[in-house]
Amino acid sequence: MLVFRKFLRDVSAVIGLVIVLLTAVVALFAPWLAPKPLDAHESHPLLRLKPPSAEAPFGTDNLGRDVFSRVILGSRAALTVAVLVVSGAMLIGVPLGLVAGYRSGWVSETLMRITDVFLAVPQLILALALAQLLGPSLKNAMVALTLTYWPFFARIVYAETRRLKTSVFVEALQGLNASSFRIMFAHILPNAAPPIIVRATIGMGFTILTAAVLGFLGMGATPPDPEWGLAVSESRQYLPDAWWFATFPGLAIFLVVFGFNLLGDGLRDVIDPRLRRSR
Amino acid sequence: MAEILAVEGLVTLLGGEKRFLRAERPPVRAVDGVSLELREGEVLGVVGESGCGKSTLGRTILGIQRETAGTVRLDGRVVSGVDPRTARQMRRDVQYVHQDAAAALDPWWSIGRTLDEALVINGVGPGEERARRIDRVLRDVGLDPTTKRRYPHELSGGQLRRVTLARVLVLAPRIVLLDEPTSGLDLSVQATVLRLLRELRAELGLTYMFISHDLSVVRLMCDRVAIMYLGRIVETAETAKLFESPVHPYTTMLLAAAPRLATGQGLHAAAIHGEPPSATAVPSGCAFRTRCPHAIDACAVTVPTLDLIADGRRVACHRWPELAPLERV
Amino acid sequence: MAEALLHVDGLRISIPTDDGLAQILDHVDLEIPKGRIVGVVGESGCGKSTLVRAVLGILPRAARVDEGRIGFAGEDLLKLSPADMTRRIRGKAIGFIPQDPFLALNPVFTVGTQLLEIMRWHASDGRAAHRAHLVELLRAVQLPDPDAALDRYPHEFSGGQRQRLLIAGALACRPRLVIADEPTSALDVTTQLQILRLLRDLVSRFDVSMLFVTHDFGVVAQLCDDVMVMYAGQSVEAGPTAAVLDAPKHPYTQMLIACHPDRAQDLAGIPGSVASPLKPPSGCRFHPRCPSAKPVCHGPRPAQVHVAEREVACVLYG
Repeated sequence: MLVFRKFLRDVSAVIGLVIVLLTAVVALFAPWLAPKPLDAHESHPLLRLKPPSAEAPFGTDNLGRDVFSRVILGSRAALTVAVLVVSGAMLIGVPLGLVAGYRSGWVSETLMRITDVFLAVPQLILALALAQLLGPSLKNAMVALTLTYWPFFARIVYAETRRLKTSVFVEALQGLNASSFRIMFAHILPNAAPPIIVRATIGMGFTILTAAVLGFLGMGATPPDPEWGLAVSESRQYLPDAWWFATFPGLAIFLVVFGFNLLGDGLRDVIDPRLRRSR
Repeated sequence: MAEILAVEGLVTLLGGEKRFLRAERPPVRAVDGVSLELREGEVLGVVGESGCGKSTLGRTILGIQRETAGTVRLDGRVVSGVDPRTARQMRRDVQYVHQDAAAALDPWWSIGRTLDEALVINGVGPGEERARRIDRVLRDVGLDPTTKRRYPHELSGGQLRRVTLARVLVLAPRIVLLDEPTSGLDLSVQATVLRLLRELRAELGLTYMFISHDLSVVRLMCDRVAIMYLGRIVETAETAKLFESPVHPYTTMLLAAAPRLATGQGLHAAAIHGEPPSATAVPSGCAFRTRCPHAIDACAVTVPTLDLIADGRRVACHRWPELAPLERV
Repeated sequence: MAEALLHVDGLRISIPTDDGLAQILDHVDLEIPKGRIVGVVGESGCGKSTLVRAVLGILPRAARVDEGRIGFAGEDLLKLSPADMTRRIRGKAIGFIPQDPFLALNPVFTVGTQLLEIMRWHASDGRAAHRAHLVELLRAVQLPDPDAALDRYPHEFSGGQRQRLLIAGALACRPRLVIADEPTSALDVTTQLQILRLLRDLVSRFDVSMLFVTHDFGVVAQLCDDVMVMYAGQSVEAGPTAAVLDAPKHPYTQMLIACHPDRAQDLAGIPGSVASPLKPPSGCRFHPRCPSAKPVCHGPRPAQVHVAEREVACVLYG
């Protein structure tokens, strides 16, 4: 397949894909991969803050839990947040952007001005305010992130729709008397897909980062859940002596975000209809 | 020949809509009072330079561009004054083939799905009936049935042109508006496309409006020609008469400037003045007066009417009686 | 015939692609005598633009010249270093008029800035002298109010005026050859005729020769003294315009001209499609589509034969 051949030539994109796939596998089989799956909730006061060893390769935390296991278990929360938040945001943002872009007049103007208001407030601050309002929990953090992330999709889809709306093939469809619904969802949407998919991929990394920040600030996951941002937060008072406690969850965040970004950039080049071949 | 489609006093303003919280833009009179008729089975050429409004005229007749004023009649029935979707419903006998065939097809859709969609939109069913019609139209336009599986980027310019033709012909229209049907094609491909258009017209009994800037092609293909300049028709006549003895000074200039495959044509024979003004700044009175060698003061004052004169042609020029030895009818 | 200013002999160029080696040019001969306008005509994929790039020395990096020479004013351009091409030839001894006047000028700089920059690369007469020369040129290309024009931006000019500016730019460094790549295909016919007239006048006034690339035989008939017809990377026929257009000899030229709407009666077209440069037919590349093809056409490419005022590469005239 042409798409794969082209993709495989892009080394950084392949690295991104490998990181993302590995993370997904780890998240899927976390309870079986983690050497001490029970450390999600159990504590062992006698094993507090042990440096990395053969027994605990990433050391142990302030409650004597295996950091390695908790990093593995934390990948679940990270990916769940990423997938749910980004799909939720797309579910809201994409149709709104399509409608606002295809229609003109007050409907379109109203939708886009609402979008602009959301975009004018930094996403993190808005998410923090919302999370505070809803009460700290991972579920509420996801709701807050979804409600603040959709305008990014609405903007992209709006711009793409505006561009495609005046394209010749849309005009040809209007000439055949195709309905607006058909033009928007069967024709404009697939043609607008490349930037949406790229944004969604990079957005997953971004969401993991933001969720970690919420966790760090105590607005996201609640103890004793294994969540990377929360872990970094808990480690603060044991730094710099227990460096492993902060370093490994931090590295996990970095690696996954990095992987999504590389993958997103690589996808930009391969989602192209000209790479389609008839069978 | 019986009249099949007629437009009267058609005006189309483009742009200039009032937009929320933004500056208003003045509209452009892309089509400015055009009247013409299409007779059953003929090929009517609409000729003019870029920006003269010939494509907008086509889009307005099709109905995807709403007319600002004037009427469109199909078989004597008024089909104008309604919103674009209703207009398209009423004008299903009229179809339009875009100039840029590659851009007129959705790159993500295979040719088979694209053709099927045209039928689905127009309520043709069931599936077997649609498949039969698609196979027949592909044969009509000279494409292999395996083309159905292909994507637009896999086809050549000539094949794409045939696909866009097939997409409208599958709907069995009576009138096809062809917008620059051979622009961008190589000479040898252009010849085969022109031949196909001729054969299809004879076989399917079609009427064409042939929008083009290529006078050689128009001369070969059209029965009658309408010449447009800045949104207005300046002259219409039977093709042979128009090319032999143009009356309007613009037609004369256009014919003299058009390259022909004849050696020894003097580069300096014809008098050509200036370039067409922008459509946003159309001169008062006769729009051509700024470039016309025969312009007088009166030309700046009133817009000349399209007069019917002796040999069946129509001319919009204040001075035609002096320029042509013909009588007014 | 007058002495040739540009002399392309048996040029063969190939470019490696993802799908294999593309033999873009397979033996092209071209001669441009002093003071004449030579049209190069052919359908898409015939190699016109590669020929132009080869003469200008701007072939893609991967391109390989397999054979041939490009003689210009006594030297072989293919043997010159890239630095020499930039300093002495391109934009100086050989001027270039691009296809699309709407894309060729940078919208954020005044036209004076852009045209003077070209001159600064190639001469050191000082800015005032350059400006005076440029105003002179703008007058020569019949641009209204040449002095003020230099301080205006590209969008303030119409398409025809922009093409005039670009023509002035091509002439700025007193070239001996001007290459025009479809300079009127973006213009309307009335504007096109004005530009063609201007080019015709400038060629004699500035004593330059011109290579005029086009796909339009009508424009060739209007402007060019000589014409060279290309098919799939081979030059097939070359000679005086009247001779070639009125009585073409090569079967491809005959069939192509018969496709022109001014000549076409049955609109037969040319059966088959253009040979791919990836797996080109052997010998004469037109033979798979040629009604007069013989077994010998598969063999080596036919040599050019001088027949009825023109050069033809076809075994029918051997």
